[in-house]
Amino acid sequence: MRRSRFPVVVTALVMAFFYLPIFILVANSFNPARFSSRWQGFSLVWYRRLFESPEIWAALKNTLLIAVSVTAVSVVLGTAAAYALHRYGQSRLQRVHYTLIYQPLVVPEILMGISLLMAFVAAGVPLGLFTVFLAHVTFCVSFVAMTVLGRLQDFDFSIVEAARDLGASPWQSARKVLIPALMPGIVAGALLAFTLSIDDFVITFFVAGPGSTTLPLRIYSMIKYGAPPMINALSTLLLAVTFTAVVASQRLARAKR
Amino acid sequence: MSTDFLEFRGVSKRFGAVQAVDGVSLGIKKGEFYSLLGPSGCGKTTMLRLAAGFETPDAGRVFLDGRDITELPPDKRKVNTIFQSYALFPHMTVRANIGFGPAIAKRPKKEIRDEVDRMLELIRMTGEAAKKPDQLSGGQRQRVAVARALINKPDVLLLDEPLAALDLKLRQKMLIELDLIHDQIGITFLYVTHDQAEAMSLSDRIAVMDGGRIEQVGTPAEIYEAPRTSFVAAFIGDTNFLEGRVEACPDREYCRLAIAGMPPVLCFNDKSLQPGQPISLSIRPEKVHISHERPEEKPQRNILPAVVEDVIYLGSTTKFWVRADGYRIQVLRQHARYFLDEKPLRWKEDCWIWWHADDGFMLDRFRRSDEGLLAVPPQRVGD
Repeated sequence: MRRSRFPVVVTALVMAFFYLPIFILVANSFNPARFSSRWQGFSLVWYRRLFESPEIWAALKNTLLIAVSVTAVSVVLGTAAAYALHRYGQSRLQRVHYTLIYQPLVVPEILMGISLLMAFVAAGVPLGLFTVFLAHVTFCVSFVAMTVLGRLQDFDFSIVEAARDLGASPWQSARKVLIPALMPGIVAGALLAFTLSIDDFVITFFVAGPGSTTLPLRIYSMIKYGAPPMINALSTLLLAVTFTAVVASQRLARAKR
Repeated sequence: MSTDFLEFRGVSKRFGAVQAVDGVSLGIKKGEFYSLLGPSGCGKTTMLRLAAGFETPDAGRVFLDGRDITELPPDKRKVNTIFQSYALFPHMTVRANIGFGPAIAKRPKKEIRDEVDRMLELIRMTGEAAKKPDQLSGGQRQRVAVARALINKPDVLLLDEPLAALDLKLRQKMLIELDLIHDQIGITFLYVTHDQAEAMSLSDRIAVMDGGRIEQVGTPAEIYEAPRTSFVAAFIGDTNFLEGRVEACPDREYCRLAIAGMPPVLCFNDKSLQPGQPISLSIRPEKVHISHERPEEKPQRNILPAVVEDVIYLGSTTKFWVRADGYRIQVLRQHARYFLDEKPLRWKEDCWIWWHADDGFMLDRFRRSDEGLLAVPPQRVGD
């Protein structure tokens, strides 16, 4: 019996739908043409221009500064939250906690952006790097908590008891046994938080102030004032970085399952 | 009571609606191999966790070597646990797992290395020191768990169903190994199991638990030969229950029992019962004899005619289910030369069963539901 070609065709169409635009963008980043998208030969001219642009470097610095600090803070908070949710998940307080943690995953970003902006304005916090940092932490904590929680679900707590039994204090057993055993989940959560922070646009758009322009915001303004192909080059680089991080986080989440 | 090394004094523990342990007092002597035996949910694991310090009792105290350790956290107690899941640290090598206790205690590095080497030799795993737990077999993991606990030289070693995860042959091997280790190092073992064969073969003494209470404490032989309650009789080994009333006491030692539908049964009267008192008997299947021929009458011999209803050939023994005066009675016989000099009893054949008056054992307490613990062959249609 001959196999039907239908699944192959559907797969090809879906792949094309998802990845063709990205492919065109990547290809165009190597195209020296300024306005048309006709191929005029391979060139790295836009990459060179990119590296010479001070605005880009400033935006990149902001983005990385925020991403690194957001990752550090949300890993600590998210892991602690996941532990509390797992250990005391039956109590009413923790069920409320779970709902709260879950919210940022389902609430539309634009809503979060507006509400955060209103909160900062009401509290009189001047918009800037600090408000962007706070805003990113609010949703990154949730992603870290959910990733670590998944890891905890099939975690054998008797190893923590074993550590206590062998003479470790509560703190020692957390440091030497619990955290190392959860490490793949924690690292996966950290990579997720890092990538989410790097490429967040909507929320950042609302809470950023003067001098705190991040890379996604910079790209948006570059598109608005003419579309220099530099963006293609920048997007390609961003794509490479986030793709690597996501693949790494998935690998780690799967490790030793 | 001052000789007890590990002692529970009236401990109780409740989890939500479940009374896991209900006012239990136990004393374990130094160097003893002591087992807590019972079905799942009987409270035996909670007892172990109370000794380890993972739980604190709602009432009662726990003493170790005369010291009240009730409030002491697990890391401050000189007891170590072997968990059912072994609970090896998955991110550490075998060497780091075994050396965990001494490393936490900040002993010198060289000393730890030598100690671990000695332990590895004891469990015959010197070649596996650099492996991670997930590269080991079940039996090897178990041995690492033993070494990891013993390296701390605990006063008491707590074992929580340590053999439950192993297959039968390996279980038998580890059983012998545990016994050897106990003999070699001579520390006190508190062993929790639901497997009566494990408890019987290893223990100096056994405490049988049910529903959070102690049913009976004794040596394996005492528990088996002289069960005090129907639960103990039915949970450990197999047995036959007969219920009746004392009819007469012809002398100080024996009494005659009236059992509905049966000729009078003679029984050793170790409870000094008076005529008219109700009593339940437990008779072990291997104490009952069976034959085609009517046996010779003897003063202390109870003889009943019966019909064979089921025959289960078990290799070294054969199990018979016979019906005598409406009672189903289980008989276990060992073979001498099965093909040569035994004429096998077959299904539906008439036979005689008999037992000595000393072999029917009077129970302090009988509970109808305990009959459910006995293995009974399916009733035939029309039975």
